Amino acid sequence: MLTVLWYVARRDLRLALRRRAELANPLAFFVIAAALFPLGVGPEPGLLRSMAPGVVWVGALLASMLALERLFAPDYADGTLEQMALSPEPLSVMVIGKVIAHWLTTGLPLVLAAPLLALQFGLDGDAIKVLLAALLLGTPVLSLVGAVGAALALGTRGGGALLSLLVLPLFIPVLIFGAGAVGAQQSGVGCAAHLLLLGGLLAFSAALAPWATAVALRIAVE
Amino acid sequence: MTLRARQLSCVRGTRKLFDSVALELSAGDALRVTGANGRGKSSLLRILCGLAMPEEGQVFWQGCDIREVRSEFARALVYLGHAAAIKADLSAVENVLAAAALAGTPVKARTAYRALETAGLDAVADLPCRLLSQGQHKRVALARLHLARDAHLWVLDEPFSSLDADSTQDLVSTLDRYLVRGGILVYTTHQDVAPKAWRSRTLDLDAQTAC
Repeated sequence: MLTVLWYVARRDLRLALRRRAELANPLAFFVIAAALFPLGVGPEPGLLRSMAPGVVWVGALLASMLALERLFAPDYADGTLEQMALSPEPLSVMVIGKVIAHWLTTGLPLVLAAPLLALQFGLDGDAIKVLLAALLLGTPVLSLVGAVGAALALGTRGGGALLSLLVLPLFIPVLIFGAGAVGAQQSGVGCAAHLLLLGGLLAFSAALAPWATAVALRIAVE
Repeated sequence: MTLRARQLSCVRGTRKLFDSVALELSAGDALRVTGANGRGKSSLLRILCGLAMPEEGQVFWQGCDIREVRSEFARALVYLGHAAAIKADLSAVENVLAAAALAGTPVKARTAYRALETAGLDAVADLPCRLLSQGQHKRVALARLHLARDAHLWVLDEPFSSLDADSTQDLVSTLDRYLVRGGILVYTTHQDVAPKAWRSRTLDLDAQTAC
């Protein structure tokens, strides 16, 4: 079972590395969007510090959505999804492999770029650590929940718009707790509660999202 | 080994493609599904694999509904559909390795190279598939058959399309050897080729009730 997970993840990583322009799109969007905010709102340090977590999180959320539409669409178009549906291995395990590859190629680069952007907004070291921890817990949730939406929108006309409508409401708790963690740390309340809630969201989505995605994929194939 | 279908019917939109299709195949049998375009040949093959639900009827593998023995049935099945499940950015050998892994029978690279050599693709095994012709694409997909000798049921949708004369003959020979070993074959083709197996039958969907 783990063999097929490893194969699927490795194959998707290999494909992503061979399509570098597509790979760079979410990261480029994230960096550009976050870098434009200080130019738009002005150089006032207090204002930038207070809005930094929200800007970084909204940027990360929208950037991760950019790659969601292509999570299953190429497999659906070229017949790979049929082979996955017919495999004796559980489809949900293959979904986990695909989500891991999606997070490594989309979510992880955003997490790694976030400290640089946070410096631009004048966040201090502690706040940057909290932002990193929140992104490390939150971006996998975006990939897991996004996979459910991508599978539900598969094969529909206007799938991109439908995908946004489906997943954006589900991303809101991640956005609130993720951005709130840094704000709570800055205000002296402490970030533990927010990070624990993000961890809970991650555990919940890791348990249910692959299964729900697999069901939606079977419906799409049929 | 037996594949049995009972009273299968298929509806697309408001149109009934076929009705009351029944079949029973055992080891060494080949069934060619024929019919005009849009008659439901591919739909029937997808139903037999469990990829699509029939409007009515059931498919049985070894006497059990295929949805109840999904894992066992999946291990016995090789399905090659219209879309060849080939990734253009992967090399031929990487595609064969991925296909084998998805089928639950991962193989070593050496074995995948050998399958491609048998399919006459050893010279292009390391090339990205986007550089290959349509016929070579098809042969990469068909190379999977050389790794699936233990599968008891091959369901092939237009396996001869895009193949040249030599490759067509090679595939006919592969199918013949498979049937002699006791495999079951269900396939569609618009070409005038068929394995020489003595238990080859034809199911003509044009003759089925349809509106």
